[in-house]
Amino acid sequence: MCNNPLLKDPYQLLDNYIDNLPYKKENLIVILHHAQQLFGYLPDKVQWHIAQKLDIPSAKVYGVVSFYSFFTMKPRGQHVANVCMGTACFVRGSEKLQQEIENQLGIKTGQTTSDNSFSLDSVRCIGACGLAPVMTVDGKVHGRLESTEDINQVLDKYRTEARD
Amino acid sequence: MKLKDTAALNALRAKSLALLENRRVSNLITTMNAQGKPRHIMVCGGTGCHASDSPEIAKLLKEELERRGLSDQVEVLQTGCFGFCEKGPILEIHPDNTLYVEVSTTDVADIVEEHFIQGKQLERLLYIEPNTEKRFASDLPFYHNQLRIALRNCSYIAPENILEYIAADGYQAIAKVLFKMTPDSVIAEIKKSGLRGRGGGGFLTGVKWELTRQGEAKQRYIICNADEGDPGAFMDRSILEGDPHSVLEAMLIAGSVIGSTHGFIYIRAEYPLAIHRLEIAISQAREYGLLGKEILGSDFCFDVEIKYGAGAFVCGEETALIHSIEGARGEPSVKPPFPAQKGLWGKPTCVNNVETLANISPIILRGSDWFARIGTEKSKGTKVFALAGKVNNVGLVEVPMGTTLRQIIFDIGGGIKHHRNFKAAQTGGPSGGCIPTRYLDTPIDYESLISIGSMMGSGGLIVMDDSDCMVNIAKFFLEFTVDESCGRCTACRVGTKRLHETLTKITEGKGTLDDLESLEKLSKIIKDTSLCGLGQSAPNPILSTLEYFRDEYLAHIVDRSCPAGVCKSLLKYKITDKCKGCTLCTKHCPANCITGSAKELHVIDEERCLKCGACMEKCHFGAIIRH
Repeated sequence: MCNNPLLKDPYQLLDNYIDNLPYKKENLIVILHHAQQLFGYLPDKVQWHIAQKLDIPSAKVYGVVSFYSFFTMKPRGQHVANVCMGTACFVRGSEKLQQEIENQLGIKTGQTTSDNSFSLDSVRCIGACGLAPVMTVDGKVHGRLESTEDINQVLDKYRTEARD
Repeated sequence: MKLKDTAALNALRAKSLALLENRRVSNLITTMNAQGKPRHIMVCGGTGCHASDSPEIAKLLKEELERRGLSDQVEVLQTGCFGFCEKGPILEIHPDNTLYVEVSTTDVADIVEEHFIQGKQLERLLYIEPNTEKRFASDLPFYHNQLRIALRNCSYIAPENILEYIAADGYQAIAKVLFKMTPDSVIAEIKKSGLRGRGGGGFLTGVKWELTRQGEAKQRYIICNADEGDPGAFMDRSILEGDPHSVLEAMLIAGSVIGSTHGFIYIRAEYPLAIHRLEIAISQAREYGLLGKEILGSDFCFDVEIKYGAGAFVCGEETALIHSIEGARGEPSVKPPFPAQKGLWGKPTCVNNVETLANISPIILRGSDWFARIGTEKSKGTKVFALAGKVNNVGLVEVPMGTTLRQIIFDIGGGIKHHRNFKAAQTGGPSGGCIPTRYLDTPIDYESLISIGSMMGSGGLIVMDDSDCMVNIAKFFLEFTVDESCGRCTACRVGTKRLHETLTKITEGKGTLDDLESLEKLSKIIKDTSLCGLGQSAPNPILSTLEYFRDEYLAHIVDRSCPAGVCKSLLKYKITDKCKGCTLCTKHCPANCITGSAKELHVIDEERCLKCGACMEKCHFGAIIRH
């Protein structure tokens, strides 16, 4: 997310990025990926901005954003935890892992904690099936999370970071 | 340095051969001074091992070697996936032919001391076969029945160095295609090899190329489908991570044959490491003039662009994928017209899967006869399976078509975890089915899997044991298809939702016998009337479990019980007279529904019980049972 005052206005950065692309409309998905990196999420205002910039209906932008699970229209927490719900993890107990994390964070999958420290989501297979069940936090893979203690340990690591 | 012709490529190859000279040559462990050339430590850099700190291990190894003054004699390299993910992180030392498993950052000093300074194997890091307790430093039983063609370079070369690929006969196939073959002879060769699409459909690759080549068009496109969405399959990602140039080379070959100058690789944004290695590979290939204008001095120009997916399973379907590259919602469209006639931006387009492409160069170099000798009558070559679930050796295995499930699961996979009983193997992901014990000895290929109610799919192979509830598994897959249905056609959008509701009802103990009939009827309607492969195959998990595990459905409906003990609503927890009245369970019960005073038999209030199983886990006396 862009809350560093030293950085330029994210809209400006986005416009620069778009201006440098050889094709515009065809690259809508690439542009959205970039916008999500800049803003952290894709609120109406950003979608509207992109639509105007590319001269396409904002309904088309919304259509694409809402179609792909990678895009989010809600702000994310400081840390994003993703529980793998691929088949290999599922048969090795990822459902239980998901429930346990939901309990510990006090939110459901797809939500963000009230203090904005964690968002919880699920992914379909990250390909670390040898470590099942796994989850990723901010892209780092944590595997063999079989007991409450294992999960606690991982979350604690990020909880401390959040406090620091 | 741009390679101007084949001679320049061959000269570079000759020069680079030294890089691979000492890999897999000797069975002897050499002491540090006996060998003049640097030895190589190949550290697995696949996603699985990456997640278990393999980059850190590589870094520490380098530092330790430096500290002990060995850095000019031993080189540390990161490779692609070794396949034996269960025992990761893995590292192999050449030319000593030694493989160490489950290495951790704390083992680094010992490896350097014992292996490199004292010159003996570090026994405790060798693989121990669990049944015979025999130690293996090389030639592990896991690799015995495997034949690696698509994975030939994974773990053998360092994927971030194009010279290693060139030394391993890389880019020789495109040189052969450009200067010694015609497009027609290449197509004939691929057709004769019998290579079929490894992404699921199993369409003949040569025919696909031929169709795309036909017809008038100024531009044609070649797309590499790396949108591996099947949960539990990771072979495409591993090939891209371990041998990205093999995919680029095959795209070049396909491009030159169908008359395309522009290729796309459509890859999941969830695969950062594969994307990173691909980017390196593309820039190195450009640097050597193997991508770009007038490749190897011919008049053929070709370049590749990476396009990122954004998390939609349906984009693995070729028409949906094309719409996604165009920047739109990834919804499939009706075929015909096929992409070969009217694809990306209305131009003839050939979409090939990663694993399919990885087979191309060996076919060109070794000939179609060699390839066609491997496999079964209608399915040639090998198939990579991502073996996962309740099996001892989780990993990536490549076997000739026609290998039986028993060989894969028990010989290569080392049998079922915790000595439990095999119940089913699931192939084909959400589009496939569950295969029961009685078909363990069926030689598997495209046709045989369909005949037993499953399909090849992209090669996910999930093993299940007697603690898995098949109704719940069917429900899991339907939940997936409900989530991933793009919503374009009613049969799939509404139909899968109704199927999921019915399955939920059954797992909650509210099912009736009529539900089974309606499941079957609705499944057939969805199969017949859905627009694309996702909908047409979505009911497969239900149909196959209904056929092979009907008794489990009946147990849920008639006896209101779940034989595997998975479906919570159907479980009951009871405290037996083994209870010592220690009160531990009352402290851990989140619902406070266990009553009883100290040293007396406790009782669970079934009405309020959440069936979380916490009490059973905590009880030291095994007094709590689930039934």
